[in-house]
Amino acid sequence: MTDAANKPQMKSAGITPSATVGPYFKYGLTPAGVYPVRDAFSPTVATPDAQGDRIRITGRVLDGDGKPVSDSMIEIWQADAAGRYAHPRDGGAKPNASFKGFGRGDTNADGRYAFETIKPGSVAGPGGKQQAPHIVVAVFARGMPKHLYTRIYFAEDAANHAGDPVLMLVPTDRRNTIVAKRGIDGAYVFDIRIQGGDETVFFDL
Amino acid sequence: MTLIYPRSSTTVHPASDYAPYRSTAKRHPQKPLVVIPHTMSELTGPLYGHDVVRSTEFDLTAQHKGEPIGERIIVTGRVLDEDGRPQPGTLVEIWQANACGRYVHVVDQHPAPLDPNFTGAGRAVTDADGRYRFITIKPGAYPWGNHPNAWRPNHIHFSLFGSSFLSRIVTQMYFPGDPLFPYDPIFQSVTDARDRERMIARFDLDVTKPDWALGYQFDIVLRGRNATPTEEPHDD
Ligand SMILES: [Fe+3]
Repeated sequence: MTDAANKPQMKSAGITPSATVGPYFKYGLTPAGVYPVRDAFSPTVATPDAQGDRIRITGRVLDGDGKPVSDSMIEIWQADAAGRYAHPRDGGAKPNASFKGFGRGDTNADGRYAFETIKPGSVAGPGGKQQAPHIVVAVFARGMPKHLYTRIYFAEDAANHAGDPVLMLVPTDRRNTIVAKRGIDGAYVFDIRIQGGDETVFFDL
Repeated sequence: MTLIYPRSSTTVHPASDYAPYRSTAKRHPQKPLVVIPHTMSELTGPLYGHDVVRSTEFDLTAQHKGEPIGERIIVTGRVLDEDGRPQPGTLVEIWQANACGRYVHVVDQHPAPLDPNFTGAGRAVTDADGRYRFITIKPGAYPWGNHPNAWRPNHIHFSLFGSSFLSRIVTQMYFPGDPLFPYDPIFQSVTDARDRERMIARFDLDVTKPDWALGYQFDIVLRGRNATPTEEPHDD
């Protein structure tokens, strides 16, 4: 990059403020069958050639009254089974076939979403520490002026959770809200409670 | 070039519980958000570009047999980081109401006509200068149930990825001089006037095409600041 290109062209006064996704985003952003306009993003993250354990994650988004949030959009971002992100910043990442690690889905009338993906590996954390396998989640909805960040951890990795540099910052009695357990059908259950006594842990990034 | 993401930049965003916007009441966390370090999981993010966008998708007036009804407009602008550096290869997704203020969405019951020639969804990828461009129809204002006689100002919804999961944003673009601004709690939930200003497009005669369409400029500034050797990365 040349010096000129590297010089700030204008010092901005700040970033663009966030606004709610509103109630009408589905035909613009999500691939749900009603609006066959979009096909780029889907809740199927696992590509046919992706290595790793295939998993399904499903859950409901619930508001402060425990009512289903039927107009929510959920996005997930994750590493591959070897713990590599499909992104140049992750030095360990290799052109990993077609697995991109990004999924987008919406909730139905019951507030339910579902993703088909693979179990991510452990990824690098601060100070050379490893992070326990996890998936990063962004939650969007009408009534939410900015999206919420959370993470999905997995119950079977409990031994690694005590040393996880992010989970360590979560009050002990709330950690269970972001650890997914397998249900009777084998799918991981991860409910997102936006508000209330058993509120999901959300992060300030 | 390594980007850092100062936390102080996010103070421009609206509060998640803003009483005048009624739907926030049951949809905001009541417990404090947990502040976490920016790890590889946050500092990376989906990179999508021309592989997902068809070259025709920037033109929302050309997606059907005929031309949509309404005022044809050009909306263009640059996607920048906090230091004003252009962000090339960034996916920009938009969706909007038609000229009558009606969305192609089953939930939208506003008694205004649908336009068979307008869906109102488009996508583009920024070029080497961080620039995107859409051709569309000026969206109409529409009523909503937030409070008696509530109307949303004309707006286009924008969704951008940027360079990492931290720069992800969904926002709304407004038009200059809209008389509904003082009455709209979504616009007013951004409490600083200068911050609100950055959500309003600028009319531009140079973008305007004679005998064809008015032009608007709308720049979008994403999180991310260049980390230079003289400036230690820091959390502030
Ligand atoms: Fe809208």
